[in-house]
Amino acid sequence: MTVLTKERTKKEMEPRQKQEITGAEATRPGPIFTPAVDIFETESSITLLADMPGVLADGLGIDLKDNVLIIDGRVEPQASGGERRLLQEYETGSFRREFRLSNMIDQERIDASLSDGVLRLTLPKAEAARPRKIEVRAG
Amino acid sequence: MILKRIPSLPSWSTGFRELDEARRDMERMFDSLTGFTTRRSAGVYPPINVSEDSDSVYIRAELPGIEIDDLDLTMEDNTLTIAGERKQVIEDDSAAYHRREREWGAFRRSFALTSRVAGDGVKADYRDGILTVTLPKAAEARPKQIPVHAGA
Repeated sequence: MTVLTKERTKKEMEPRQKQEITGAEATRPGPIFTPAVDIFETESSITLLADMPGVLADGLGIDLKDNVLIIDGRVEPQASGGERRLLQEYETGSFRREFRLSNMIDQERIDASLSDGVLRLTLPKAEAARPRKIEVRAG
Repeated sequence: MILKRIPSLPSWSTGFRELDEARRDMERMFDSLTGFTTRRSAGVYPPINVSEDSDSVYIRAELPGIEIDDLDLTMEDNTLTIAGERKQVIEDDSAAYHRREREWGAFRRSFALTSRVAGDGVKADYRDGILTVTLPKAAEARPKQIPVHAGA
């Protein structure tokens, strides 16, 4: 009997088109894209990771109001004015996305960091929302 | 044009900014009317933009969240290859995922350049999730000013 072993090969990157938001009113000229995000939750916090290539810290806006979280990133054009375009596969524009959160976030302790075009947002849960262990005593 | 061949050329570019913008406006209008997105996926990773000025050719790629050590740029016989891997970040085992949209995996793209590029002066810079490769043009490819002499 032969045993087939599945060779472990590297996973190939799946190309993904930038998703443009259409139909929204923009206050800045240029297209607006939806960043790809990962959201995961642990016992103490919710973490959001968003791919926002080209966004600088001073062009990033994070707003939490009435349990609606809005992340907004401005991208400056990378090419200087004197360059002539030969090929364009991606467009540069702003990133924007809204999330509705449950009202258990400790808004005072939200932490945001931006590195290599990835935003990492840590939203700690409010104390009251954390699961509490209830001791059961034997009678 | 510096690029001789690009495997699976994704979207056509007219080379004229005004025409490109008019095309995108049309696509946007069509999208809003039909509710469908007409733009095709580039089908390749990473997506790149190529531009030039009189001194250099610039290749820019959107590559958010890559460790510099996981990026591999090579230049061989006028072929520039951008390869690398975006690693999957393993978070806390107890974490429950609500959304997982960010892609990860290995990628590789090659570009054949014409001999007008001075290969040894190639520079690469990775900042804020954008990789910029600057390829200086060979001296003979740069525009030259021709002095005009007044007749005696």
